[in-house]
Amino acid sequence: MNFEFSDDQNLLRDQAQGFLQRNCPIEAVRAVLEGDQAHDTKLWKGIVEMGWTATTIPENYGGIGLGHLELCVLAEELGRCLAPTPFSSSLYLATEVLLMCADDRQKQHWLPKLAEGVAIGTFALAEGAKPPSKNNIETRVQNGKISGCKIPVPDGEVADFAVVLAKDEAGHSLYLVELKDQGVTRRTVKSVDPSRSYAELSFASSPAEPLGKLGDGFSITDQLLNRAAILFAFEQVGGAQASLEMARQYTLERYAFGRPIASFQAIKHKLADMYIALTLAHSNCYYGAWALSNNAAELPLAAATARVSATEAFQLCAKENIQSHGGMGFTWEFNCHLYYRRAKATSLNLGSLNRWKELLVSHLLDSNNVSKTL
Amino acid sequence: MDFNDTPQEAAFRAQARAFLDANASLKTETMAVQETEAELLVRAKAWQKLKAENNWACLNWPKEYGGRASTPMERIIWDQEEGLFDVPTGPFAIGLGMCGPTMIAYASEEQKREHLPLMASGEHIWCQLFSEPSAGSDLANLRTRAEPDGDEWIINGQKIWTSGGHYADWGILVTRSDPDVPKHKGLTFFFVNMHTPGIEIKPIKQINGAANFNEIYFTDARIPDSQRLGEVGEGWAVSITTLMNERLAVGNIMRGPDIPELIKLAENTEIDGKPAIANAAVREKIADWYCQSSGLNFTNYRTLSALSRGGVPGPENSITKVVRASKQQDLASFGLDLMDMGGILNENMDDEFLHTYLSSPGSRIAGGTDEILRNIIAERVLGLPQDIRIDKTVAFNEVPNSS
Ligand SMILES: Cc1cc2nc3c(=O)[nH]c(=O)nc-3n(C[C@H](O)[C@H](O)[C@H](O)COP(=O)(O)OP(=O)(O)OC[C@H]3O[C@@H](n4cnc5c(N)ncnc54)[C@H](O)[C@@H]3O)c2cc1C
Repeated sequence: MNFEFSDDQNLLRDQAQGFLQRNCPIEAVRAVLEGDQAHDTKLWKGIVEMGWTATTIPENYGGIGLGHLELCVLAEELGRCLAPTPFSSSLYLATEVLLMCADDRQKQHWLPKLAEGVAIGTFALAEGAKPPSKNNIETRVQNGKISGCKIPVPDGEVADFAVVLAKDEAGHSLYLVELKDQGVTRRTVKSVDPSRSYAELSFASSPAEPLGKLGDGFSITDQLLNRAAILFAFEQVGGAQASLEMARQYTLERYAFGRPIASFQAIKHKLADMYIALTLAHSNCYYGAWALSNNAAELPLAAATARVSATEAFQLCAKENIQSHGGMGFTWEFNCHLYYRRAKATSLNLGSLNRWKELLVSHLLDSNNVSKTL
Repeated sequence: MDFNDTPQEAAFRAQARAFLDANASLKTETMAVQETEAELLVRAKAWQKLKAENNWACLNWPKEYGGRASTPMERIIWDQEEGLFDVPTGPFAIGLGMCGPTMIAYASEEQKREHLPLMASGEHIWCQLFSEPSAGSDLANLRTRAEPDGDEWIINGQKIWTSGGHYADWGILVTRSDPDVPKHKGLTFFFVNMHTPGIEIKPIKQINGAANFNEIYFTDARIPDSQRLGEVGEGWAVSITTLMNERLAVGNIMRGPDIPELIKLAENTEIDGKPAIANAAVREKIADWYCQSSGLNFTNYRTLSALSRGGVPGPENSITKVVRASKQQDLASFGLDLMDMGGILNENMDDEFLHTYLSSPGSRIAGGTDEILRNIIAERVLGLPQDIRIDKTVAFNEVPNSS
């Protein structure tokens, strides 16, 4: 057994940290938060030049054919610095779903573009404030034309194509829709985390080509969300680490009652609890990474476990970081709220904590692999 | 990253499993056995002896002391496999987990060869004589006096909460040899035969009805100076060696119902006329505790991976006991809730949830309280400052005290 990243993967982490320290300081995140830009185009260009967008794409489709462990490493570092780019939409969602179920022609067409960063993809699932289900999806495809409205769609404003879950004669299926096509309207929407971009996509009889087997829309979506959950969990753990580190730094420097506030036990125990939540989440992510890179049978359970614990760890660390800063933590000017916002957005972007806890338990019960992992 | 055993690991696992299959039976679902302490000790000693005879005791100890010189990974493989079987190891946890490593670090070669094999084979049980009425979390506040007399020391004072003290053959003891210097500087460490004249043992009844821990009184008990571990006045450093091993030992002996047992219970109890397992609140609890169990399990794997590569384990492991003990307490309490009014009953004393409900408060205290462990994480892992303390520089006998 070896439950650690390899030397090469750790080297990749060092490189990523170096690159992101230079190119994604917290000011860059704030610039997107406060500005009109959908994302940091300069950073995105750098990421593409580093070859990160090609990570999981096989060489015969223009990628570099590394594995998902490498992508996990990158996700953690991108999460740590709250990178304001469409990386997650394009990699964890669009690239992933194409790798899972596109036919060869679709792969030939899109994967090289995704690898080179000349195309950005996203996944359009939500239709407002309700968990998507077979009973409530209204977006519909008839005769190869899609109509309906998806909101919020991450990076919908900048994506070249979206993979859309829609109702059709077969039940529900996935469709690939080019967003520059006629009949597609995009509207940028405001969100809890303006350092990332969300849009409403409206389709009025826009051309849509099926992706994957007709009728398999929900089952592919579930599998995709499991895979993406593990990658996002690494981002969440990265964000949680950064929040804890920020709280640590501040409480060591801030004095009250003649001593650093970090010497007060209430603060020490708060930070210890953040560390505990973070460590549990991190270890669960490792298991997720292993399951993802091996396509293990345990993947659905591993994904839900990583998702639930990383979501909780990031939310805990982000809110207690604000608390540890006192009044400063509540100001717009301090950066605490950037983590607090991202923590909430990432806790919802693949469905709520409720959804994932429920999934966790149902996998636990039907796979009966409780004893195996305990 | 690879979960599977290497070929060597797989071979070792098969070998361990073959021994266990031949000599023990797998745990069953209803395990709460009714046996007296004396019966348990007989069973435990027989099992430890059999392991020692077959080279399966104290895997990571050197061979000359009764061990097997195994790698850390082999040791964990053994623990995993042995954990599946219904075998009693509890009475040896403190001796093998804490006293043994302290002896290995500080005893003379001759003493190690004399005592460790007897410890490994279960012939001698060891206990830990650290805590006192006024020294628990603040261990260095201890008062039991050691005064030199020729090549002996005379011990007077009282220890308390000594687990297994009433059946132990030997113990490790920390004493105050100099009350006129600051508290951490005046301590001296020994190992002591529990049958020494002047040692009196009184069991203390616990909230779960058992009496596994004791008060131990020392009245002019004599210990040869050759049984001193570490230099005179250096007892604190020796104690730290013991304590470093403690959290691991304690974290690993906690038993009690976990997720599989809770699921089973929820499948067999009802809420609103439906199986409790269908209830959303029950499911949410299961999810939360599963994340903790799984997180600890994989944290352990990460530590092992670091060890097996020859590295030093990271600080991750410091969270184990603190997470487990509370989870165990809350999960047991929740299990009783699922039994509804029937959860009140204690007719056969065989309910695992009730057992754990009554024993888990001790797990949050023994081996470092939740609060002390959080201090340790904050200070040693996160590097936050220690509390402001008034007791570190003044002489021990000038420090304010409760009594
Ligand atoms: C089941 C069991 C078995 C045990 N076995 C042994 C044994 O074999 N050998 C042995 O030597 N001892 C043993 N102990 C003793 C154990 O180590 C002590 O009980 C423990 O260290 C706590 O000390 P105390 O009981 O004096 O409580 P105290 O130290 O008085 O603590 C009381 C409360 O105050 C809190 N507190 C104390 N200091 C601080 C602080 N600095 N910051 C915040 N909170 C603080 C504690 O967390 C606790 O909540 C055992 C205890 C139990 C329960």
